[in-house]
Amino acid sequence: MIEIRDLTKRYGSFTALDHLNLSLNEGVVFGFVGANGAGKSTTFSILATLLSPTSGDALINGKSVVKEPKEVRKQIGYMPDFFGVYDQLKVEEYLDFYGASYSIPLAERQILIPQLLELVNLTNKRYEYVDLLSRGMKQRLCLARALIHDPKVLILDEPASGLDPRARVEMRDILRNLKTMGKTILISSHILPELAEMCDEIGVIDNGKLIAHGNVAAIQAQLQGEKRIVIKVTDGLADVRAFLEEDPAISSIDIIDNRLEIAFNYRGTDVEQVALLKRAILADLPIYAVREEEKDLEDVFMAITKGADSQ
Amino acid sequence: MMGRFYNPVLVKELKLRFRSFKSFSGLMFYLAVICVFVVGFLLLTTGFTGKGFFRPEMSFMMFTILTILQMALVLFITPSLTAGAISSEREKQTLNILLTTTQSSTQIIVGKLLSSVAFLVLMLIAGLPLYSLVFLFGGVSPLQLASIVFFYLVTVVAIGSVGVMFSTITKKTIVAMIATYGSIIFLGGITAFFFFLTTAFHQMGNAAGAGSSFMTYFWAAINPGALMLTLVSSDMGDALAMLSGVELPVWLTYLIVYIAITVLCLTIAIKKLRANMKSNR
Repeated sequence: MIEIRDLTKRYGSFTALDHLNLSLNEGVVFGFVGANGAGKSTTFSILATLLSPTSGDALINGKSVVKEPKEVRKQIGYMPDFFGVYDQLKVEEYLDFYGASYSIPLAERQILIPQLLELVNLTNKRYEYVDLLSRGMKQRLCLARALIHDPKVLILDEPASGLDPRARVEMRDILRNLKTMGKTILISSHILPELAEMCDEIGVIDNGKLIAHGNVAAIQAQLQGEKRIVIKVTDGLADVRAFLEEDPAISSIDIIDNRLEIAFNYRGTDVEQVALLKRAILADLPIYAVREEEKDLEDVFMAITKGADSQ
Repeated sequence: MMGRFYNPVLVKELKLRFRSFKSFSGLMFYLAVICVFVVGFLLLTTGFTGKGFFRPEMSFMMFTILTILQMALVLFITPSLTAGAISSEREKQTLNILLTTTQSSTQIIVGKLLSSVAFLVLMLIAGLPLYSLVFLFGGVSPLQLASIVFFYLVTVVAIGSVGVMFSTITKKTIVAMIATYGSIIFLGGITAFFFFLTTAFHQMGNAAGAGSSFMTYFWAAINPGALMLTLVSSDMGDALAMLSGVELPVWLTYLIVYIAITVLCLTIAIKKLRANMKSNR
């Protein structure tokens, strides 16, 4: 459905996108994550036919964004990270204007508009002026606008930015709904956990390069490198610690005194971990529970984008 | 058939324009200026008595001044309506969304221009009853009025295109507006200055036996005020032909130059609307 080939965008000596390659199947919800300025919006602008790449190309449903921009526009619904609305235009008229902009006949628009408003939960705002809506409502209206010509692909640049928690949840519910409708959705965000919940695949972009791509679990494993394991003991913390310090695959051992817990980072494989635990039991250490700590996606994101921030 | 000529941007712009108070206040200001002039002129010539004569020559004079005044108002108002056409969309962050729709650059630019022209046409039509007062007193033919209205339109479309072009190539509305007013000052003022300058040179040259002066003719022919004067009085056209030695009718040169300005500006605007794309479709 979407094929990005060697996409490069340079502004003078600055490279915003560096030979980006990405392939997405139909119906996939793809989360594009990266720090501000990593190249997410540039990629989306190129896919939305607003920007020409310096080199490379992107195909949407077989149509090239460089050679057939008008055909691509029929296939995509685009929601920019920052957008405005027209003052003195009512919600219904706003959608009608964009419907007409996609050459949808009037009779069809009149059927479509109530359906779209229902989808984004704005039916009761149909006759209100657009500039009087809250930010969350405007965001939902913009999503309805992006759907008016029934595009196969939705490109949503930071759809949840600046929204309060309730509006965020509402937006997420709508996106889930769209996913069940079989749309291919590209969402960008600088908040990884936000995407992890609703995306089938995630791509991590840093300094214009795609540094990871896959499903959420795979990305996590790829990016984390080491696990955080917590052991609970009945007593003898010092002995357990001394035992752990002997293993070269273990680092950052922390004793959580008041809970009689020891947490440590482990670089070994699952099989090596089994051997470690067996050795611990044979050494008669008073261990009664072992668990792997879920690493916060936020931490993962911070770790992978650290390089970009420091530059 | 209707669908073929349906322009969403035009319809939306008209809707927005007629909903804004600014448009009505602009129209009111325009009519008030013309009203004050017409009533003032009538009162002055009749000595505030409400009786007395109003000779056809006076009616003709009123028509001439009214024509120039109306042209000045049109030139003054057009940039404010067109110079924000694209830049205001950019400032309001609505342009990107508009550019991702399947509307062509031509459709968007033409829609923007036509909406402004439509509003100016409304202004001209609203002013017609006041304008037509001169017919009560004679001295002016309806054909003259029709040709003047036609050239108002030609001027409005050309200046409107200049405004839309600057609005497309500059990022800010204020810059586009200054550039458009600058163009009007050039067409209305600087050309007049050049006309007098070349006339003076020509007359000095004539003493030494020089022939016709095309530049004298040209500067007058592209000046909207000069065109209006030649339209209301054919004597003016003859005088210019005598002065410059060029027999070509002023209106024809004006029409050609202003159509060329329109075509050039619209082409640039259409090419530059999707400036970040290699193909401008």
